[in-house]
Amino acid sequence: MSRQPSFDSGSAGSLIGLAYSGAEMHSLDESARVEPPMSDPNPNSPRPRTIVEKIWDDHVVAPGTDGAPDVLGIDLHLVHEVTSPQAFDGLRDRGLKVRRPGQTLATVDHSIPTTDRSLPFADEIAFAQVSRLEQNCAEFGIPLHGMGSPHQGIVHVIGPELGLTQPGMTIVCGDSHTATHGAFGALAIGIGTTEVEHVLATQTLLQRRPKSFEVRVDGALHPGVTAKDIILYLLSRIGVGGGTGHVFEYGGSAIRALGMEGRMTVCNMSIEGGARAGLVAPDETTFEYVAGRTHAPAGADWDVALDRWRRLPSDEGARHDRSIAFDAGDLVPMVTYGTNPGMGFPITERIPDPERLTDATQRDSLRAALRYMDLNPGDAILGKPIDVVFIGSCTNSRISDLREAARMLRGRHVADGVRVMVVPGSTEVKRQAEEEGLDSVFRDAGAEWREAGCSMCIAMNGDQLSPGQYSVSTSNRNFEGRQGKGGRTFLASPLTAVASAVTGRLSDPRALL
Amino acid sequence: MTITPPREPFRSVTSAVVPMLRNDVDTDQIIPARFLKTINRAGLAEQLFCDWRYLADGSPNPDFVLNRPEMAGRAILVAGDNFGCGSSREHAPWALMAWGIRAVVSSSFADIFRVNSLKNGLLPVAVPPEELMRIGSILEAEPDVELTVDLEASEVRLPDGSAIGFDIDAFARRMILDGTDELGYLLAHQPQLEAYDASHPPRVSTLA
Repeated sequence: MSRQPSFDSGSAGSLIGLAYSGAEMHSLDESARVEPPMSDPNPNSPRPRTIVEKIWDDHVVAPGTDGAPDVLGIDLHLVHEVTSPQAFDGLRDRGLKVRRPGQTLATVDHSIPTTDRSLPFADEIAFAQVSRLEQNCAEFGIPLHGMGSPHQGIVHVIGPELGLTQPGMTIVCGDSHTATHGAFGALAIGIGTTEVEHVLATQTLLQRRPKSFEVRVDGALHPGVTAKDIILYLLSRIGVGGGTGHVFEYGGSAIRALGMEGRMTVCNMSIEGGARAGLVAPDETTFEYVAGRTHAPAGADWDVALDRWRRLPSDEGARHDRSIAFDAGDLVPMVTYGTNPGMGFPITERIPDPERLTDATQRDSLRAALRYMDLNPGDAILGKPIDVVFIGSCTNSRISDLREAARMLRGRHVADGVRVMVVPGSTEVKRQAEEEGLDSVFRDAGAEWREAGCSMCIAMNGDQLSPGQYSVSTSNRNFEGRQGKGGRTFLASPLTAVASAVTGRLSDPRALL
Repeated sequence: MTITPPREPFRSVTSAVVPMLRNDVDTDQIIPARFLKTINRAGLAEQLFCDWRYLADGSPNPDFVLNRPEMAGRAILVAGDNFGCGSSREHAPWALMAWGIRAVVSSSFADIFRVNSLKNGLLPVAVPPEELMRIGSILEAEPDVELTVDLEASEVRLPDGSAIGFDIDAFARRMILDGTDELGYLLAHQPQLEAYDASHPPRVSTLA
């Protein structure tokens, strides 16, 4: 028999409406006169700061006092159709406007079809959601790159592409993969819908200072091993909760050697390690990528910006709360075998045995994961037959990903019975790929060449696995049902995805180089 | 002038428990992505844990905890470590609350889920791992036992009279106890916002 829960609401609401009016403001004003807590006895040797601390200090609108978090100013707010409708309703309910439409940009990516854009939506509910975003953007004066715009694309692909993502900025989006923008040395945070509403209304966010987690990757990657393998390796070491409460700062010669798109791949999956953000200090590679883009500073503004950006990297002696270091030269192509992104290993390994784990809950988790994936302890993962290959998502859908994939696929053909979907990250990536003839390489090999969007990474738009199917996916999540109810996902790099597409089995890309 | 929508102040909840002692439950399980095409918050209770709750033919999965008749009306979920990892979808706490959950007790929570929950008045109650194990053993012996999650005292009270203290974000705690929300607090910072704007010209303009 079930009893109803009882709630104690106390002496109802004497504080409602009074909280945070004059009294609270007064205490904040007082605190503003207090000396900064971090003042150093020797003014000539300021305390060394991490890049995150520098960005943070530069964006505090009001310091948190009396137990409150800091109010942090936001430079850029990216909006999409899925996590925003209820936030706009919230604004309407309170009669609020969007405080900074010019620091806000919307696009459609999650629920849109990746088939012919001239056709009507097959999914009425998705169509209603996209239409609602169009209405909201029109009503609140927010620029929108909607269906048919040459700048439409996955929100984390178009920000950098347009030059909106710049070093030292605070960037938010109602999407956990916002950390992607950290590749530029920006503090980029994934937020929920209530926070989307907060940022729309105030261009600020209530935030507590995160801890810092240094991830140092030195050495050089071997051929066939990529940025995706670096991040999958990190996740396999620290687990899906290993970075909770922290921001990853990625550094070391192997990170420096990556192009901006590789760095985006690494930062993108920070949330899969539990970190709400992850970043790479900006350097010449960053500046070269940003220069000349639509929204990049130009002329004298460029010099001013560059001067500011060069001061961003963490100071010598800056303190990290945790750190991990490994050598890129030790890495081989990685793949996941389980049902979260931390359940990954070198593609040459055998499926782990749950019975060898001493912790009962971990043992149960691994057992459940292997049951879902229908994999047996001790079996090799290489050679596992697959049904679908997905090349796309905010992790691996940029032009360099497509070039790498096409280079391996050229002159080869997709194995019989395997469906291969190539989904460019943005309409601009698609245009550029077609200009380079990459679309022909994919089509000639038997792959589908589709319109830009999130597609089978999140499987909201009809691009999905059937129950029981296996995919090799360049996306970021292998959770149960993530790519379609009952579908099973092996996360891997674009090269591993192509090698597997060609053979029809999970394959080591180094054999096809 | 803006009006802060009033919310019921919340101090404590006493209820039997929905046990889900599995680690790393992600928000894709709490509410699968195909339900995120909604433009409001209707129907989320039925979609909570949908893919675990229903079999392929649409019938309730008899092995899944929420389908046990005695679970109806329970307001406390006891979950394994790192609950709510993955996607930032706020639909996850919305769906839990729509079903009737007011507090989730675990040894840790994913950051975005924790923040989203607090902003909706769903309590993410993090207790030490050994205490979670103790609660788990109690539930195994007495599945219908009631716990009290007391926000004001910041403690979970067990039937044997013992209490487990928990840390919770002090600011969010005050907001939930008072029944106010955070947007009102932010909007009260108008002078600071203007001062900040004056010294921080926009880095980019999306309207340009």
